[in-house]
Amino acid sequence: MDYFIQQLINGVTLGSIYGLIAIGYTMVYGIIGMINFAHGDIFMVGAFIALIVVIALGITAATPLLLLILALVLVLVIAMALTAVWGWTVERIAYRPLRGSFRLAPLITAIGASIALQNFVQISQGARNKPLQPLISGNFKLWETVTPEGSFVVQISYMQILIIVTTLALMVGFTMLINKTSLGRAQRACEQDRKMASLLGVNVDRTISLTFVMGAALAAVAGLMFLLYYGVIDFYIGFLAGVKAFTAAVLGGIGSLPGAMLGGLLIGLIETFWSGYFSLEYKDVAAFSILAIVLIFMPEGLLGKPEVEKV
Amino acid sequence: MAAQKQDLLAGSVKDAAVGALVAFGLFAMMIGMKTEVDVGGLAIEYRWGAVAMAVAVVFVGRLLLNLFVWKSEKPVTGLLGSLMPTQSSFSKVSHLVTPLLFVLAVVLPFLLMYFLGTRGSRQYLDLAILVTTYVMLGWGLNIVVGLAGLLDLGYVAFYAVGAYSYALLAQNFGFSFWICLPLAGILSAFWGIILGFPVLRLRGDYLAIVTLAFGEIIRVVLLNWYEFTGGPDGLSGIPRPSFFGLEFERGEGGFADFFGLDYSSIHRIVFLYYLILILALITNIVTMRLRKLPVGRAWEALREDEIACRSLGINTTHTKLTAFAIGAMFGGFAGSFFATRQGFISPESFTFIESAVILAIVVLGGLGSQVGVVIAAVVMIGGFEFFRQFEEYRMLVFGLLMVVIMVWKPRGLISTRVPSIALDRRKAKGISADMVQEGHG
Repeated sequence: MDYFIQQLINGVTLGSIYGLIAIGYTMVYGIIGMINFAHGDIFMVGAFIALIVVIALGITAATPLLLLILALVLVLVIAMALTAVWGWTVERIAYRPLRGSFRLAPLITAIGASIALQNFVQISQGARNKPLQPLISGNFKLWETVTPEGSFVVQISYMQILIIVTTLALMVGFTMLINKTSLGRAQRACEQDRKMASLLGVNVDRTISLTFVMGAALAAVAGLMFLLYYGVIDFYIGFLAGVKAFTAAVLGGIGSLPGAMLGGLLIGLIETFWSGYFSLEYKDVAAFSILAIVLIFMPEGLLGKPEVEKV
Repeated sequence: MAAQKQDLLAGSVKDAAVGALVAFGLFAMMIGMKTEVDVGGLAIEYRWGAVAMAVAVVFVGRLLLNLFVWKSEKPVTGLLGSLMPTQSSFSKVSHLVTPLLFVLAVVLPFLLMYFLGTRGSRQYLDLAILVTTYVMLGWGLNIVVGLAGLLDLGYVAFYAVGAYSYALLAQNFGFSFWICLPLAGILSAFWGIILGFPVLRLRGDYLAIVTLAFGEIIRVVLLNWYEFTGGPDGLSGIPRPSFFGLEFERGEGGFADFFGLDYSSIHRIVFLYYLILILALITNIVTMRLRKLPVGRAWEALREDEIACRSLGINTTHTKLTAFAIGAMFGGFAGSFFATRQGFISPESFTFIESAVILAIVVLGGLGSQVGVVIAAVVMIGGFEFFRQFEEYRMLVFGLLMVVIMVWKPRGLISTRVPSIALDRRKAKGISADMVQEGHG
């Protein structure tokens, strides 16, 4: 039971990271109906930018707490801004010229963009993986069970609390942004009918660009969290994380924001429990299988709307 | 007029400056600051020179593009476009190109050996074998992507099934290559049906992701099922094929001895080349014949408009499944050839990148065009080998090219679609794919 609860905590943490990436997939799919295959690599770029800023600012675990918090906020802001530029550029170069082209064209450029991004980072930052000393250590002991074989401590680390709280805050902020602001209104309008929205004076191109920018910024947050949580990144992390986050988006119902978050949590939990109880080697197979099973048996996901085919 | 020119110049400079600013934002950290593993953690190596260069390249490039292409009244690309083969001129030339390529492919080993000698031609023959393998894979995938319009991102899975089938059958049961080849093809087709059956109801891009997932699942299983597949160590000592029972060995009873030739290791290479050439040509012929059958026409109809197909009473699941299975079968043939040529296989050879390369060959060559696949395979695989000393940059360039060519010519370089059937043969000319509207579904 204690083991279960410990895995639950770990799973929710991992799920929060997946959920943040999944929002990028779900928003883009909702608005232009394409799978942004390069989104996983945008997440990877975000993690790298965060790493560079952390090193450049000289942040270590020895930094005083108040300063550490300020510095991490600064890292977050810079990483979000610069990753957003990457997201915007990819949309501008690889997707916008192909809007209205045949169905598979943007997916193919997205694969090209993904390969290009991975190899660009491999060349510019080196292929070796980058370890980072833990910045936030320490944990919060929840309870301890003593059994004849030994004791088992259920704990939640400060890092996990930080990740879960940040994700929650961002989720609330984003839901407000989509539901209350004029930008969110424009996005929802484009999602329903792009032509009609442009007739009513919504700048469709700008709205789509902003969607990519927002998705990339959230991916940068996820990148920073990933970096701090695992303490090691390389140029290849985007592929697996991307596929899993996409699975999360599909599981939750693609196009739905709460769905992406729910899907992310579920995927995180499934993956953690799978590797905790069954086998570590096949944990990626678990994620891929879920993707296939969900797409086959309930393509509209948990919270999504069924798609209507029109001639 | 002068004022207009002034405006053009000022506008272009402004636009280029914005581009340069964005480039600075992109590259300042990713190129300018390189994280290096150092004693006691990571350190940063600053490379501002490289950033300045990248930004300057973007600025000048954008300025020139603005002045001469995007905002100019007579874009330079117009000139370039007139040099490109138009559809009508291409359909004339293609009658000549296809037989020419065929003859070249047939005489290639002798041509090489005549000019470069036995020793010098070996590496070029190896390259030719590699290119032809990719041509075959491209043609196999072309059935799925080009004809039936199903985007398959996991094609390499069938290639892997073919390779492992041959290796395992040959090692565990001692079957010869010629028995294993059809078995490997059948097994691959079988896997194609198993994987295809549940997923083929999905829409285009979902299908792409699920096939990607299946490709990865098969790779992870191959990697972890140590007792059966050898795991990351792979399988080695895979038997070589024989020429109707004649082994390519020195001494009594070998190929050279039987035909009274001096033994040379090049015989095997030449034999392998012809083997893959014949396999590839079989793929091509079968595809061309299938296109004329009802099932082939159903594939192409499906690609154009799935809903219309369904309303005309075509069983879309069966039609897709046949395309998937036949494509997979040819992937399996190519896989067993790969295994027998290398003599060693491991999951390393069957990564997602491999699927992406095959897909790029099909897409960039022009979806559904058989000659386009050949040209794309020669250019791409030949290019990979040619730029071997720039190894670390070639995948970057590959990714960028995939984007650029797609944006420039979304239908691939050779985008002519020849009707598979026409009332009057003389009038049957290629239709530029740019004029074909693709239906959704």
